[in-house]
Amino acid sequence: MGDAPRVIVVGGGLAGLMTTIRLAEAGMPVDLFSVVPVKRSHSVCAQGGINAAVNWKGEGDSPARHFEDTIYGGDFLANQPPVQAMCEAGPGIIFLLDRMGVPFNRTPEGLLDFRRFGGTLYHRTAFAGATTGQQLVYALDEQVRRHEAAGLVRKFEGWELCSVVIDELGRCRGITAMDMRRLEVQGFPASAVMLATGGPGIVFGKSTNSVVNTGSAAALAYQQGALYANGEFIQVHPTAIPGPDKLRLISESIRGEGGRMWVPRDGRPWYFLEEWYPAYGNLVPRDIATRAIFKVVFELGLGVDGQPMVYLDVSHLDAATLRRRVGGVLEIYEKFMGDDPTKVPMKIFPGMHYSMGGLWVDYEQMTNVPGLFASGECDYQFHGANRLGANSLLSCLYSGQIAGPAMARFAKCAPAEGAALCEREAKRQAEQYARVTRMDGPENAYQLAREMGGLMTENATVIRYNKKLQETDDRLRELKDRWGRIGISDRGRLANHEVSFVRQLWNMLELARVIALGALRRNESRGAHYKPEFPERDDVNFLKTTKARWSSDGPEITYEPVDVHLIKPRPRKYDVATATPAGSGGR
Amino acid sequence: MAAERSIALRIRRQDGPESAPYWQGFRIPWKPQHNVLSALMEVRTNPVTTEGARVPAPAWEMSCLEEVCGSCAMVVNGRPAMGCTALVDKLTQPITLEPLAKFPVVRDLIVDRSRMFEALKRVRAWIPIDGTYDLGPGPRMAPDLQQQRYALDRCITCGLCLEVCPQVRQSGGFIGASAVGQALLMNLHPTGALNRDERLDALMGPGGIADCGNAQNCVEVCPKEIPLTDAIAEVGRQTTGKWFRDLLRR
Repeated sequence: MGDAPRVIVVGGGLAGLMTTIRLAEAGMPVDLFSVVPVKRSHSVCAQGGINAAVNWKGEGDSPARHFEDTIYGGDFLANQPPVQAMCEAGPGIIFLLDRMGVPFNRTPEGLLDFRRFGGTLYHRTAFAGATTGQQLVYALDEQVRRHEAAGLVRKFEGWELCSVVIDELGRCRGITAMDMRRLEVQGFPASAVMLATGGPGIVFGKSTNSVVNTGSAAALAYQQGALYANGEFIQVHPTAIPGPDKLRLISESIRGEGGRMWVPRDGRPWYFLEEWYPAYGNLVPRDIATRAIFKVVFELGLGVDGQPMVYLDVSHLDAATLRRRVGGVLEIYEKFMGDDPTKVPMKIFPGMHYSMGGLWVDYEQMTNVPGLFASGECDYQFHGANRLGANSLLSCLYSGQIAGPAMARFAKCAPAEGAALCEREAKRQAEQYARVTRMDGPENAYQLAREMGGLMTENATVIRYNKKLQETDDRLRELKDRWGRIGISDRGRLANHEVSFVRQLWNMLELARVIALGALRRNESRGAHYKPEFPERDDVNFLKTTKARWSSDGPEITYEPVDVHLIKPRPRKYDVATATPAGSGGR
Repeated sequence: MAAERSIALRIRRQDGPESAPYWQGFRIPWKPQHNVLSALMEVRTNPVTTEGARVPAPAWEMSCLEEVCGSCAMVVNGRPAMGCTALVDKLTQPITLEPLAKFPVVRDLIVDRSRMFEALKRVRAWIPIDGTYDLGPGPRMAPDLQQQRYALDRCITCGLCLEVCPQVRQSGGFIGASAVGQALLMNLHPTGALNRDERLDALMGPGGIADCGNAQNCVEVCPKEIPLTDAIAEVGRQTTGKWFRDLLRR
C-alpha cells in the first residue's frame, strides 16, 4: 500500500453512496463494499418522499418548524443539535438531488411539488411518484459511477464485511471482507471506515425490509467494542400487506394524498384516526397510528372480517392523480393482492419497518472506535424514539454529507500503514469461516432465524411486557446455544449463501439481545416503545440515550443524558396541534 | 381435493460456471400467497429433493421481494420473469426455474449481470454536476417531461430485456434496451443534454443502437412497463441527427 490515505465505505445505500461522493469530491480514493450491487440496496424500497422545509406552498414552513416536528415526533429522545443541523440542510439536499436529475414530481409552474406526511401539518415532502428511494439511489449511483469511471472509487460489489480491524490502541485500521462468490477473505487497510449498512429488519423475521437488512455489520462492530444506542426503539409501520415472505410496505404518502383508514362498525365506516386525533387525523406519527390499529383490532375486536386487518382507502380519490403521485405503491398492492386500490379499499396491518437505534456516533458520525464511522439507518442519531415519515432519506443523505468530509479530515491525520494487521485478521477470519463450513449438527439456520423472528415480533415490537421481554432474552440465549448445533447442508465452494447466513444469524442474535434487554430496562413509554405497565413517559429517569456495550455475559447497558437545550420537552399528543417552534410565533 | 395441497418445483442447478447443469425437484406444503421466492425460502429450511435426497439448498439472488431492486430475474416456466412477483397460484406445476440464459451462470439461478452496469458506464449515464455544494435548485421542468423521465428512471437493471432480445449475445452483441433507455433519461434532462453527444457517440459504435433488430420483445417483458421501444426510436433519431451534424462539420 502506498502513502496516500485510502478510506473504506461499507454499504451502498443512500448513506454510503453520499459518503462516497463526498469523499471522492475531496479527492480521497474510496473502496466501496456492498453485499449487493449498490443499485439494488434497500434504500430503493423507500416510497413516499424526502422532507425539506422550503415553504413552496406558502404555509409558513421553515427548517425551524421541521426541527420542532422532528424532535416532538421523536418524543424528545434525540440530541437536538444534529437534528437542527439536518433540518437546516434539508432544502440544499433536495436542490442537489434535483440537479443530479432525480425526476421529482412537478407543479404546473415547473417547480418541485411537495405533499404532506405524518407528524406535520405542512406540505414538506418532495417525491418522485411513490418510488422516491429508488430514484434517489439511482441518482447517487450515477454520480458514484462517474467517480468510478474516473478511477477515484473502487467498487467491491458482492463482498460482505467479516470484521473491522482494530489495533492495540483501539483504533480502526481497516476491514476484512469476503468475496461472496469465490468465498475468499481479504484484508483492506484504511485510514477511516464508514459503516452505512442499514437496519436490522430481518432480526424480526418478516418486516418491510429487504432480506439483506440483517444488521449483521453493525452487530459485528458492536461485538468488537462499538457502542449500540437506543436499540429498543423499533418502528412498526402502520400500513403494510402481510405476506408469507415479507410485510410489503404501503407508503404513508397514500394518506398524505388523502387516503383514510377505517373499519366497519355498526354497518358503517368508522374513521377511527380522524375521530381520535382531529388535529392530525390519518397523518399522526407511525407509533400512534400503529397503536390505534392494535386497539381497534385486539381491544375492540373490530378488525375487518374478524381478521387482524383494517382498511386503507383511496377509492374516493381521482384515479389518474393517484397513478401520477403514488402509482408505484398501488402497483405493489395490485401485483401481490390482485385488487385495484383505486376501486376497493386496501387491507393492511402494521409491520416492523425501521430501527431508530443504531451505532452510537458523535456529531460528526464517528463511533466510539476512532476511525470507525456510521451513517444512515445503522446510526442512532436523528430520530429519537420515533422517526417521522420521509425523514429517513434525509437523515441518510445528511449524515453521509457530513461524514464524508469528517472522514477525509480524520484520514489525513491517521496512520496509513495497517496492511500487516489486516492480513493477520483476514487469516483469522478465514479460519473462522472454515470452522462454520464444517458445522454438522441437526439444526437448520433458516429455521432458527424464523424462531428468532417470531419471538422478536411477538414480544419486542408494539406492546411490551417485562415478563415477556425477560422470556425473550432467555429464549435468545437458548437460540445461541442451538446455533452451535447448526448443520450446514451446503458445502459448495462458490456463492455459498448458507454459510454467510449462519454467520449473520449469530450477529442477529447478539443484536436481538440488545433490543430486548434495552426494552426490558426502559420502564416507561416513549415514542415507539410502549409498556402498558408503564404507560407514561418518565423524563426524570429515562430522558436518556441507552448505550449497550458488548461483553461475553451479554450487553452491558448504561445511559447518557440527551441534549435538549434547544426545545424544552413537553407532553406529546396529536389530538390537538401544539407544535410551536422555539423562537418564532405560532401559525 | 387432495388432503395436502403442495407446491412442486423443478430447478435447473449448476454447481459453478464450468459445471454441467442438472435438474432437481422439490415439494413444499401449499400456503396462500406464495411466490417463487417465498417457495424457494421454504425449500432451504429443509432442502430435501422429491427423491428424498438431502442436498445443498439451491442458490438464487433476491433482496427487496417487491420488484424494485431487480435482483431476482430468472426463467419461470420457460418465461423470463421476476421471481418475487411470479405468484405460485398463477403458475402451472411443477414450476420450473432456470437461470437467465444471456448471462454467465455463477451458480444455480445466480447469473453475472455486471455487463449491464458496465453498459451504464459506456453510455455515461449520469448528469455531470459541478459538485455537491449548495448551488440552488435545478432547472425548472414541465410536469410532462418529468413523467417521461420518471418512466425511464424506473429501470431496475433486472436484465429481462436483454434476456429476450435476439440481438443480445452472452458476449458482445447489442448493448441492450435498458442502457439505451438510461441514455435517453439523461439526454432529456436540461443539464444532461449539455453532453448529449457523448452518450450518442457511445451508442453509434459497435453494439450500439444500430444493432437493435426491432423485435420489440423488450417492451413486452419489462416488469416496470418502460416504453423501451419508444426510447430506442427516440435515441435512433438523436443519433441520426448527430450523424448529419458530424457530416456537415467535416
